[in-house]
Amino acid sequence: MKVTIALAQIATRLGEVQANLEKHLALIRQARQSGADLVLFPELSLTGYALQDLASLVACRAANDDPIFSHLLQASRDLDMVVGFVEEDRRNRFSIASAYLSQGEIIHIHRKVYLPTYGMFDEGRFFAPGDSVHAFETRFGRAGMLICEDFWHVSPPYLLWADGADLLLFSSASPGRGLSKAPSLESAAWVEHTNRAYAGLFTVFVAHANRVGYEDGLNFWGGSTIFDPDGKAVLRAPYFEECLMMAEVDLQQLHRTRARLPLLRDEKLEFMRRELERILRKDNFR
Amino acid sequence: MTVDLSIDTDLVRKVLTGFLRSEITRAGFTRAVVNLSGGLDSAVACALAAEALGAENVLALRLPYRTSSPDSLEHAQLVIDQFGVQSLTIPITEMVDPLIERFPDMNSVRRGNIMARVRMIIAYDQSEAFRGLVVGTGNKTEILLGYTTLYGDSACALNPIGDLYKTQVRQLARAIGIPDVILTKPPSADLWQGQTDEGELGFTYDEVDRLLYLLVDQRYHPQECVEAGFDEAFVRRVVERVRRNQFKRVLPPIAKLSHRTVGYDFLYLRDWGT
Repeated sequence: MKVTIALAQIATRLGEVQANLEKHLALIRQARQSGADLVLFPELSLTGYALQDLASLVACRAANDDPIFSHLLQASRDLDMVVGFVEEDRRNRFSIASAYLSQGEIIHIHRKVYLPTYGMFDEGRFFAPGDSVHAFETRFGRAGMLICEDFWHVSPPYLLWADGADLLLFSSASPGRGLSKAPSLESAAWVEHTNRAYAGLFTVFVAHANRVGYEDGLNFWGGSTIFDPDGKAVLRAPYFEECLMMAEVDLQQLHRTRARLPLLRDEKLEFMRRELERILRKDNFR
Repeated sequence: MTVDLSIDTDLVRKVLTGFLRSEITRAGFTRAVVNLSGGLDSAVACALAAEALGAENVLALRLPYRTSSPDSLEHAQLVIDQFGVQSLTIPITEMVDPLIERFPDMNSVRRGNIMARVRMIIAYDQSEAFRGLVVGTGNKTEILLGYTTLYGDSACALNPIGDLYKTQVRQLARAIGIPDVILTKPPSADLWQGQTDEGELGFTYDEVDRLLYLLVDQRYHPQECVEAGFDEAFVRRVVERVRRNQFKRVLPPIAKLSHRTVGYDFLYLRDWGT
């Protein structure tokens, strides 16, 4: 099976959900006309990133009767999509979330588990962390979603892999930082490095949509990518430029790579469980 | 211990011109105003603004005082000519001197601060007249050392070069094509005759940039900097100078009384809604 994945590497307007929604709908139309099956938007694509006290004002619920999601669900009749938003739950907790929409339905919602609250980041001050990562079925096989800091940690991608995901869908709003004589910022180089490693270590497809644009002095570097199960780049979007880029991936590559390299077959989940339990039992664990 | 402050100038130029374009246009403007001193930092800020917005949308101001070096005026003109920006020359002597003359015992720091603040007043007045935002010209070294006049040369609407050390600004200047004569002359605030930054600070930018990089960017403990080969008294002096000047880097504290106070828990980016 072949799937055309589009990466919508956009800049957003901070706190202006309606304006961002219109950009989503335009790009979804464009992606559909270009033959995409799935379009991936960045983290908080409907709201902008450094929301601070705007977080509670831009929150919504992924539901058919939500004024924002009703438009996206309508558009998802033609192609699948991942969008980023602030979710307010029934008890008014706010999460950084990604929703997978397909054929007019909400297939899955992921809530960001790891909220960076250090250095320039302050997410834990404004948001509740998610507490689970689940893989889910799509028209293109089993997939999993993660948001930015989630994939700076190794456990969420590992858990999705163990839960059956062959397609990892990553979204981020990653501020560029770390200047040297290298032609890309250190944050950009690191994310590319680890995403490529996940693809190769887990023999899966890894698609990553990162945003561009600025918020005050922060730059977002773009450079969205798709890596195949051999760790080869299928798509590399340019740095700093707003764009919609797409590539066809051949899911049969999973068969070819895993016939050569049976890392998934040989992975010992029971061993992992046993050792983790032992480590967690140890009195000196902290 | 080798500290390499080399930068990829193409990457920096791309980020900084994008920053100027984005942050000026989303504030509702298309133009910029830069106080052009004749030195390196303002030459770079001016060139970046011209590249980001188009030369016709940048107003460079030359604001000489009677003791200013004629070279400064001439070097500023070289930048104006090279990048094709609009310009205005407004001598500040007749605005500055009446205040200075009221206090015959006024020292050079007070005089220098008055000049820097009069230049700020003119930049902000032209900002309104030209409908352009004031682009800052302070680099990371001087911001950290507090080698700047509060509400004077530090005042701006946005600053493209404030996260580059002086030695990095010099690399960028070379890549942008800032004239050699500006690149090679000793940095000076030119507030009085014979003043140079390095003479006044008591150390070179090359030395202090490498130290600040370890202290600030790499989070070295001061003692580790000494172990890395920096003179202990020098390290202590710089650490103390950075600490003492924190007040220049933050907004004045507001005494908190209510549930929601500007500066503490009323938190929005300036780009709010754009």
